[in-house]
Amino acid sequence: MADFLWRALLAGLGVALVAGPLGSFVVWRRMSYFGDTLAHSALLGIALGIALNANLNIAVIVSCVLVASLLVTLQQRKIISTDTLLGILAHSSLSLGLIAISLLEVRVDLLGYLFGDLLTVTSQELLWIYIGVAAILSLLLVFWRPLLAITIDEDLAQAEGYSVLWIRLLLMLLIAIVIAVAMKIVGVLLITALMVIPAATARRLTNSPESMAAVSSLLGCLAVIMGLFGSLQWDTPTGPSIVVGATSLFLLIYALPLPEQKDIK
Amino acid sequence: MSDPILSLDQLCVRIGRRAIIDQITLTLEPGEIVTLIGPNGAGKTTLVRAILGLIKPSSGKIKKRGGLRIGYMPQRLHLEKTIPLTVERFLKMTKGVGTANINDALQKVGALHTLGRPMQSISGGELQRVLLARSLLRKPHLLVLDEPAQGVDISGQADLYRLISNLRDELGCAVLMVSHDLHLVMSSTDRVICMNHHICCSGHPEHVSNDPAYQELFGLEASEELALYAHHHDHDHDPEGNVIHTDAHDHEHKHEGCNHG
Repeated sequence: MADFLWRALLAGLGVALVAGPLGSFVVWRRMSYFGDTLAHSALLGIALGIALNANLNIAVIVSCVLVASLLVTLQQRKIISTDTLLGILAHSSLSLGLIAISLLEVRVDLLGYLFGDLLTVTSQELLWIYIGVAAILSLLLVFWRPLLAITIDEDLAQAEGYSVLWIRLLLMLLIAIVIAVAMKIVGVLLITALMVIPAATARRLTNSPESMAAVSSLLGCLAVIMGLFGSLQWDTPTGPSIVVGATSLFLLIYALPLPEQKDIK
Repeated sequence: MSDPILSLDQLCVRIGRRAIIDQITLTLEPGEIVTLIGPNGAGKTTLVRAILGLIKPSSGKIKKRGGLRIGYMPQRLHLEKTIPLTVERFLKMTKGVGTANINDALQKVGALHTLGRPMQSISGGELQRVLLARSLLRKPHLLVLDEPAQGVDISGQADLYRLISNLRDELGCAVLMVSHDLHLVMSSTDRVICMNHHICCSGHPEHVSNDPAYQELFGLEASEELALYAHHHDHDHDPEGNVIHTDAHDHEHKHEGCNHG
């Protein structure tokens, strides 16, 4: 197998590994539109990163965190519903990002950022991906219990002494990091799919939060393998192929008759 | 008798210029059951949340006895269907709790049979019992229960309130609960505090039900209904709140009572 394939595979598996548990939180907390909004704003981060000649991963994380804080601030003002707010932020930040990129002197592979470009992952990028993956995994392990507690019920968690606000911010930071590292794999427009679809699939197969997180990692990895080899076989774009792989697993699992139906809303 | 475990001094919570709770002063003694009643929007839940530290009071003081452990049962639990969670796993979320504690707490509230079931598949009454079990896990000195009988049918409500007063006898903890009808809590509460932003009246349940302030707040009809209920209650000597078997047993018992009467 060629070097570029190994790099692509390792990068995809790393991201799928952390997208599983984070995707579970996104599904449990109904945050998929929120994830989308952050991912859309990542493009703005790219443009700013290039303009300022900064590290792009860091630039994306910073812009995601800024948009997330803006969102939380506006949410507390309660001027308009969160749903509408997300719709406004998602598309205006995407548009601003596209405009900013078009204004840059440098030529930028826009399609690669929008839909991912897994096959061109460099060793340098692979290193960044694994730094991000390691950071997410260790934070998840350390803060698993509080994260789960605020997901079940924020009041109960706070009454038991957890600091709900900080844990919520931590979750946003984790999602921002996964967006920064997954951008190369599936692109900003498809990142949420890599988080949400395997988690939704895993729901049908599991009966504890931990097993759902683990099984979604596994299903994500499987989707990466399917997408990568499907894309080689039929010469299809890699990012969308991975998402289609995840979707076919979802359809397969939900079509199978299972002894006990755990229905999903 | 002994030091109060909790005392509130002139507590106020304002949102904008509106006072949600207004100058509430009260104390809670160990082992005492106090019920907060009042119409919807009277600030009962806000008061409870302030006591729990979930919201900051605008002014006034909350004094808790040192090392006070509070068990909290929220009004309801919104649990997404997408989160796979058994009753056992839900109860294990409480810090430092083992399997033995969980079984024990579920046994106490009569919901041991739900242990391995998904949280989303148990009935409303079972869910309230599980939430009650959770509030017991940390061996609290004070139980704070926000409308514990929410979503439970009438006969189940009576059982639940009886269970709460039995738990108090067994564990010796104080109970502060919120309710919006005096009917059901009458027999299982030591003191009633009737509030509508401020405290309207307080005292023994019978005393409060005859208080003009209470009658004004709830209408005369409500207090008459109450008298009717209290009368009924004299005949009802149901010993325990076992949901599964009591129905038939309960029925017989009542018949007996009526014949005798």
